[in-house]
Amino acid sequence: MSDEPLTMLRSPLKLEYTYTAGEISTRFLRGFAEGKILGRRCPECDKVYVPPRGNCPICTSAMDREVELAHTGTITKFCIVNLPFAARNIEIPYVSASVLLDGADVSIFHLIQEIPYNEIRIGMRVEAVWEKPEHRIPGMESILYFRPNREPDVDVNLFEDAGA
Amino acid sequence: MQTLVSFDFMSDASPSTQPEVLSAQHVLEYPYKRSLGPVIGRFFTSLREGRIEGVRTAAGRVIVPPTEYDPETSEPLSEFVEVGTSGVVTSWAWVTNPRPNHPLQRPFAWVLIKLDGADTAMLHAVDAGSESGMATGMRVRVRWAAEREGGIKDIECFEAEGS
Repeated sequence: MSDEPLTMLRSPLKLEYTYTAGEISTRFLRGFAEGKILGRRCPECDKVYVPPRGNCPICTSAMDREVELAHTGTITKFCIVNLPFAARNIEIPYVSASVLLDGADVSIFHLIQEIPYNEIRIGMRVEAVWEKPEHRIPGMESILYFRPNREPDVDVNLFEDAGA
Repeated sequence: MQTLVSFDFMSDASPSTQPEVLSAQHVLEYPYKRSLGPVIGRFFTSLREGRIEGVRTAAGRVIVPPTEYDPETSEPLSEFVEVGTSGVVTSWAWVTNPRPNHPLQRPFAWVLIKLDGADTAMLHAVDAGSESGMATGMRVRVRWAAEREGGIKDIECFEAEGS
């Protein structure tokens, strides 16, 4: 026990909760265990959402059409992470990016690897690198990361108005 | 600052009724530290040493736990006063089912206690066994924690005098 006057106090906040995915998100999550990325298309807006929702967030139509998406996409924005993160044992700096999958109208957020962080750019084409089939789980972690697939960059103006 | 998020692998929530829906236990934790400042820092330091200290205002009132500024004049306060480790319950609420982060893991009372020598009441817990053991106006005394690190949990709880 120290005799020094106290100046700081540990005061952790902890929240323990049960997350229940619901029917639509469950289908999305189970898709990863099978090596699939599943979205849904709005019958009115014709937009494809991934992760899928039961109803279109714009027009509220029931989105009853499931769409399997490509495992390739385009980086629409990214951030360079310089702070270590307890639950993620990755060498810093690393890059997390929004990836607009081919065929989707909104982007997903994932890790970019196999390229120096300072060479990553908006418009870069990437592909998913999957966990081995026997280690896949019903969750996005079954995609380990995205990496450049050497296709030419996409003109950023093409997806300027995407919900990306 | 590190943020810790972890979760178990998703599993079927209730196979008998909803075989399709996944469910998982999640934990979100922020390991905050806060700086105490000169007044609460001294208050917690005194708890670690087994004393309870308040602060005297310009009007002569003793505030426990101490505040940094006089609630009437807004002037900074610095005259620390040791108060008693016993006092009177001025208000209470019985907790039948304690939550995991409550000070006691058996039924207890949240209480406002006006310690001897203090002019304000302090929030803490009383270990009374049952609700019938609680009454406004009852006298209680501190039960110190076995190990004190400097913090309000250095007081494990209060208990009825004579118990």
